[in-house]
Amino acid sequence: MNALGSVETSENRQTEINSHNIGEKKYGGNTRSLLRKRFRIGEFLVEKFITVVALISFVMIILIFVFVFREASPIFLSKEQDASMVIEEEQETYGEIDGTLRVTTSGKSSLETSGGEGKGTLKNLIGTTWQPISEQPKYGLLPLIVGSFKVTIVAVLFATPIALLAALFTAMFAPKWAKEVLKPSIEILAGFPSVVIGFFALIVMATVFQNFFGFEYRLNAFLGGIALSLAVIPIIFTVTEDSLSRVPKVLTEASFALGATKWQTAIFVVFPAATPGIFAAILLGIGRAFGETMIVMMATGNAAIFSVNFFEPVRTMSATIGAEMAEVIFGDTHYNILFLIGSILFIFTFTLNAIAEVFIRQRLMKRFQGL
Amino acid sequence: MTRKILIGNSVIGISAMSALIIVLAVLIIMVDIVVGGWSTLSWEFLIGEPKEGMTEGGIFPAIFGTFLLVIIMSIAGLPVGTITAIYLSEYASQQSILPRIIRFAVNTLAGVPAIVFGLFGLGFFIQFVGNGLDKLFTGGIELKWGQPNILWASMTMALLTLPVVIVSVEEAIRAIPREQREASLALGATKWQTIWKVVLPHSFTGILTGGILAVSRGAGEVAPILFTGAAYFLPKLPNSLSDQFMELGYHIYIMSTQSPDVEATRGIQYATTLVLLLLTFTLNFSAIFLRYKIRKTSTL
Repeated sequence: MNALGSVETSENRQTEINSHNIGEKKYGGNTRSLLRKRFRIGEFLVEKFITVVALISFVMIILIFVFVFREASPIFLSKEQDASMVIEEEQETYGEIDGTLRVTTSGKSSLETSGGEGKGTLKNLIGTTWQPISEQPKYGLLPLIVGSFKVTIVAVLFATPIALLAALFTAMFAPKWAKEVLKPSIEILAGFPSVVIGFFALIVMATVFQNFFGFEYRLNAFLGGIALSLAVIPIIFTVTEDSLSRVPKVLTEASFALGATKWQTAIFVVFPAATPGIFAAILLGIGRAFGETMIVMMATGNAAIFSVNFFEPVRTMSATIGAEMAEVIFGDTHYNILFLIGSILFIFTFTLNAIAEVFIRQRLMKRFQGL
Repeated sequence: MTRKILIGNSVIGISAMSALIIVLAVLIIMVDIVVGGWSTLSWEFLIGEPKEGMTEGGIFPAIFGTFLLVIIMSIAGLPVGTITAIYLSEYASQQSILPRIIRFAVNTLAGVPAIVFGLFGLGFFIQFVGNGLDKLFTGGIELKWGQPNILWASMTMALLTLPVVIVSVEEAIRAIPREQREASLALGATKWQTIWKVVLPHSFTGILTGGILAVSRGAGEVAPILFTGAAYFLPKLPNSLSDQFMELGYHIYIMSTQSPDVEATRGIQYATTLVLLLLTFTLNFSAIFLRYKIRKTSTL
C-alpha cells in the first residue's frame, strides 16, 4: 500500500494535466489551478470521518476493558475503608489466577479484618464453595476456575489430535475428493451455533455416553469437554491447515529429492516447520473452549463442585455468568463478582489470543525468512 | 523396509481416521436434528404462537425476534464494518501505527468470549447509556432504556459480529484490481470519488457476504443476549426498540433446560433447532457461494 500511495500522488498530478482539455469545458478554462494539487475540503473531511469510524473497534475494546472492570471494581473498592494494609497485598491479585493462590498464605491477616459484614470480600473469593444465594453468601471462585479448566482440558486434549491429524491429512495425503468432503464438513461444523451443539450434547450424547461408560451423572465435565471439542476442532483445524500449507515447497521438495516418502516428509519436515502455527492454533482453541458458554451451560450439569473428578458435574466460569446474571440485583456484590469472573475470562482469552497472534505473525515469518 | 511401509500406512490411516471422525460427527448431528425435528416442523409451527405454557404451538415470536435482532444489528454494524474495511485497505499506510492498532483491536474483538460481550452490553449499553438516557429524559423515574431490550441486544450483537464484517469486506476490496482504481484516478476522479464510484460498487458482493456471515453468526449466538434483552416468553411481539424479544437460540436453550416438562416438548425443541440450523445453513452457504464468486472474478 505504501508504494501505491506515492504512486497515487504523482498520478493525481498527471491526471490533472491530462484532464486539461476536459477541464476547460468543465471548469470554464480555469486550468491554472488544476495543475496544482488542490486542497479539497470534502476529501479531507471524508478521510477524517472514515478514520474516526475505523477507530470505533479500538474504542470499543477500551470500553469493554473499562466497563467490565468498572462493574467488578466495587469488590476491591469497598475494601479500602476496612484496612489499608491489606490492599497493598491484594492489589497484585486483581483477576490473576495464580495470584489468588498467593493470597492463601498472606490472606491470613485479611481474614480477621474483613470477616464482618458477610459481603463479598477477597477472602471470600478464594474459598472452595460457590453459594451466592443463601443467608451467608459464599463466593469462592475456586470451584468455578477448576471447573473451567477441567472442561477446557478435556476439550483440548480431545480436539487437538483429531484436528491436527485431519489437517495433516488434508494438507499432505488426501485425494481431491476427500478434501472436497472434509473442507465443507469443517465449515459446517464451524457454522453450527453453539446452542445447537449444546442441545445435541444434552439430548443425544449425554444418554449415549451414560449408557456406554456407565456414568453416575448424566451431565458431567467429560461430556461437556467432548461437546466443547466440536466447537474447538474447526479453529485448530483451520489455523493448522493454513500454516501447514504455508510451509515452503522448497522444503518438501528437498525432502522428496532426498528419497523421503510422503509420510516421512509430513512428519519430519512439514510438521516441524509449521510448529509455531500449530502452537498458535492450540492456544486459540484453548481460548475458545475457556470462553464458550452455551455448550457448557447445557452439557456440564452446572453444579459448583470442587473436585478433580472429571466425571462429576461442573460449573464453569462462563456458565456461572450466563446462568446467574439474569437473576441478580444490579449493583449487588453477587453482580460485581460475576463481572469479576467476566474480567478474568477476558484477561485470560486476551492473553492467549495475543500470544497466538505473535506466533502466527512473527515467528512463522522469521522462521521461513531465515531459510 | 516393510516396517517403514507399515508406519507409513498407519500414519496415513490414523490421519484419515481423524478426518473421518469429523465428517461423521457433522453427519450424525445433522441427521439427528433433521430426523428429530422433521415431524414437528410444519407451516403452523412456523407461523403459530406458543400455546399451553409453551408445550404446544409454534415459534413465530422467536423467528420474528431473531429477524428483528439481526436486522437492527446489521443496520448498526454493517456501515461501521464497511467503513473500517475501507480505511484499512484504502487509506491506511502500512508504516503508521493507527492501522496496526485498529487491526489489533479487530483481532481482539474476534477473540473476546461471547459472554463477555453480554457483560459489556449490560454494563455499558444498559447501565451506562440506557440509564443515562432515562435520567436525561425522565429524570430516572421511568425505566425505559435502562433495562434489557432488543436495541441493546442488537448493539451487543453488532459489536460481536463487527470483525466478521470487516474481514470479509476487506478481502473483497483487496480483490479489486489496482488498474480499476488507477483508471478512475487517471480520469481525474478524486480518491473519495474513486472509492464511491469504483471500489464500493465492486465490493458490493463482499459487503453482502460480510453481512450474511454476520447475520448467520448473530442468529446463532445466545450468550450475548442472555441478559441484554431475550425473554423466556412474551404474549405479544415487540413493537418498540425498548421491548424485550424472543429468540430462536434462546428458545432452544430455555425449552431444553428450564421447561417444566422437558420430555413433552422434545418435538418443539428439535424443530426449533432444525429451523435455526436451516437458517444458519442457508446463510452460510450463500456466503460461501458469493465468496467463491469474488475469488473467481478477482483472478480474471
